[in-house]
Amino acid sequence: MTDVQTETPAAEVPAAPKAKPFAWPLGLVGVALVVIGSFLSWSYDGTILNNLSINFYPGGLQILAIVAAVLALVLLLAEQQGPLSNLGNWLDATLGLRVLGTGLTLYMALVLVAISVESDGLINVNPGGYVSFAGAALLAVGAWLLPLRPQLRNLSEARTPAWLDILAIAVLMAALLFVAAYALGLEDAWSFILCLLFVAVVATALFRTGAMSWVAQAGQRHRKVLTLASFAVAFLFPFTQNGSDANMSIATAVLVFGATAMGLNIVVGLAGLLDLGYIAFLGSGAYVAATLSTSAFATIGWKPPFLVVVLVGACVAAVLGLIIGSPTLRVSGDYLAIVTLGFGEIFRFAMFNLDGNNGPNLTNGPNGIPGIPDLEVFGFNFGVAHHPFGIELGRFSNYYFLLLVLIGGVILAFTRLNNSRIGRGWVAIREDEKAAEAMGVNVFGLKLLAFAVGAFLAGLAGTIKAHQDGAVSPDQYIFLESAFLLAAIVLGGMGTIAGVLLGATILKLLPEKLRFFSEYRLLLFGVLLVLMMRFRPEGLVASRRRQLEFHEEDEELAEAVEHKLLVEEAK
Amino acid sequence: MTVTDTTPAPAHQVGGPILEASGVTMRFGGLVAVNDVNLTVREGEIVGLIGPNGAGKTTFFNCLTGLYKPTSGQVRFAGTPLPPKPRAVVKAGMARTFQNIRLFANMTALENVMVGRYCRTSAGALTSVLHGPKFRREEHETRVRAQELLNFVGLGRSTEHLARNMPYGDQRRLEIARALATDPKLILLDEPTAGMNPQETKQAMDLIFKIRDSGLSVVVIEHDMRFIFNLCDRVLCLVRGEALIEGTPGEVQSDPRVIEAYIGTGEDDDEDDDDRPQDVTEEAKS
Repeated sequence: MTDVQTETPAAEVPAAPKAKPFAWPLGLVGVALVVIGSFLSWSYDGTILNNLSINFYPGGLQILAIVAAVLALVLLLAEQQGPLSNLGNWLDATLGLRVLGTGLTLYMALVLVAISVESDGLINVNPGGYVSFAGAALLAVGAWLLPLRPQLRNLSEARTPAWLDILAIAVLMAALLFVAAYALGLEDAWSFILCLLFVAVVATALFRTGAMSWVAQAGQRHRKVLTLASFAVAFLFPFTQNGSDANMSIATAVLVFGATAMGLNIVVGLAGLLDLGYIAFLGSGAYVAATLSTSAFATIGWKPPFLVVVLVGACVAAVLGLIIGSPTLRVSGDYLAIVTLGFGEIFRFAMFNLDGNNGPNLTNGPNGIPGIPDLEVFGFNFGVAHHPFGIELGRFSNYYFLLLVLIGGVILAFTRLNNSRIGRGWVAIREDEKAAEAMGVNVFGLKLLAFAVGAFLAGLAGTIKAHQDGAVSPDQYIFLESAFLLAAIVLGGMGTIAGVLLGATILKLLPEKLRFFSEYRLLLFGVLLVLMMRFRPEGLVASRRRQLEFHEEDEELAEAVEHKLLVEEAK
Repeated sequence: MTVTDTTPAPAHQVGGPILEASGVTMRFGGLVAVNDVNLTVREGEIVGLIGPNGAGKTTFFNCLTGLYKPTSGQVRFAGTPLPPKPRAVVKAGMARTFQNIRLFANMTALENVMVGRYCRTSAGALTSVLHGPKFRREEHETRVRAQELLNFVGLGRSTEHLARNMPYGDQRRLEIARALATDPKLILLDEPTAGMNPQETKQAMDLIFKIRDSGLSVVVIEHDMRFIFNLCDRVLCLVRGEALIEGTPGEVQSDPRVIEAYIGTGEDDDEDDDDRPQDVTEEAKS
């Protein structure tokens, strides 16, 4: 094994940084002010923002400010000679400080706005708020005056002992769980937004310092640990909710959406086919589950056990995928998008019209099929609360666990297909369809397979969704839903797992949690997508290959990716 | 024009015919790009295909490999007619490279070659997801074979390089490795030395001899005359879609019509090398 860190000494000779002597103390004063201010009262009104009105008893938002300040302190100390100077060799502390300073100023400004909007005007801001705001501003100014230091070592190539890697993953995951539980527990919109801002600022700061690239490398080295830890966190989430169904209903909705988006990710992200009618496959699974359920409105007399229903639903969706795919996959690009869009609408209208007047009565038309009972599998009733370890897990938690298993299966199918000859074939088709065909790749067959597998997985999710919602109706499966699925993929990062799950979470969580947001969600998501296309077309989390595809001309990027590949090979 | 040649057997082993194209004609509307061309390639033989630009060499290749469906004529491979589908052609044992390199640019060298193995493996979606024994065996074999082929063409050290970052000559060789990964009996190379310097050309020639010695037949399109006359056992010269002459390098080299086709006679016909439909159709009538 080669020791990589010795191979990359400081590439460029450190240019003597022009130090502004007062910049560093300025930052220190800023940090101190933020902390002091956070211990004082921020607002006169104790009923808003979870009570920030008591001196020396910081509320949630104040604690977040203190956490950010402490992080800034660590980075500041890393800049200078001292106990943390070794850390400074590894981290790009100045960049991190700039993000933290700017972000913290924004955070405090938003806090002041929130206080003056929630109660009446700035008059209700107490001195603590101003002190913290001034501290944050000083920190920002100090950070921007600090010189950028040449980085001595690249953290992404650091080799650390395995226990440290695993500890880092565990800490990150625990922090994720804690933040998720805390943020979802926030009732009012302002606190939630501020919490999101805090997470975004801290995450960006960690990325800028390079700390995250080390965590990412650690995750690469211990992929199994990372996967297990992610699932453990997801598994533990319901236990943090004290039996409350409010957040669990959102979480299950996110999981259904995420699982469906992952299925679509196979079609769009791997095979590169634009499918604008994907929601129809989810719908067909749901309708199959509904018509075969014991609901009084179910139209088919056959009541098989749920496992059979799941298979039937998935297979019906897959067959629909094959039926729509076999004539249309010969066309490509825009044409395929239009045809699939049409198919999505055909599905909706078919469900609308199969009401007994225009054809056989399968779906009760616009009324849909209500009253679908809760699942009962092997004597386990999903409708009632259970109390493992004395913690109450409500109805939605039950479905949450089932969906977790489903999404695990979808992710498994996604990664393993991607890393097989089938996945290579898909990449080849995306790269150069003609050449792929000339090299013996079954282009049509592989496209059809992507369609069928994607439809199968969506059908699977649909059967669970029907029971969880308790009703199906045609208006649940409108074009907008397909568009949102696609938006989640594009936003998060085509062809990635983490990215698409992140995108799905953002797109589903924000409108649920922020009522005012949901009115403007089309506008805001539209703006967000336009910005993404302009500045980061590969999505929030970029798949290595997609990044290359989006930046055909970028030689540096290609070199960087290749360097990574070679480093991995060396290890 | 009969193409079954009667040239003396070359030094190495030449077997029975592997590829028999008879009367291949390709029309695009009024334009006859390839007109009644016959070609027979035997096992273990290197056949050159020359002609001025626009003579229809690449079109003829596309007819052979199923990218185009010939207007008339038949292509038989190892005794059975080839369907005009690229995938079926590859499956039957005929692989090709492209004049303008068509690698999968964002894949590594190894992955490119592994794609070539696609048609010789059959692990389905289910075994791929479950990592069944078949998947593991095939995946291992594919990886080993791909690395072997990279070593064979001299790219053994570039395994993890992205195709788009590789030097031009390496890209050409990678394309050959990818074609070889399909286990062909016959490989068609479309201008394998275009843009190469003399040293790289020499390496390419050695590589083609090596491929031939491993038991494959080779058909090469080239403009580099020294390359083609040193390399090939037989040469077919196409001019304006028609086979002008076929024979040993010596015969073709000294044929006045070949020289005329390339350099012109100085008479009325301007040699702008493109297929002009009216000329071709006139010739077709006569």
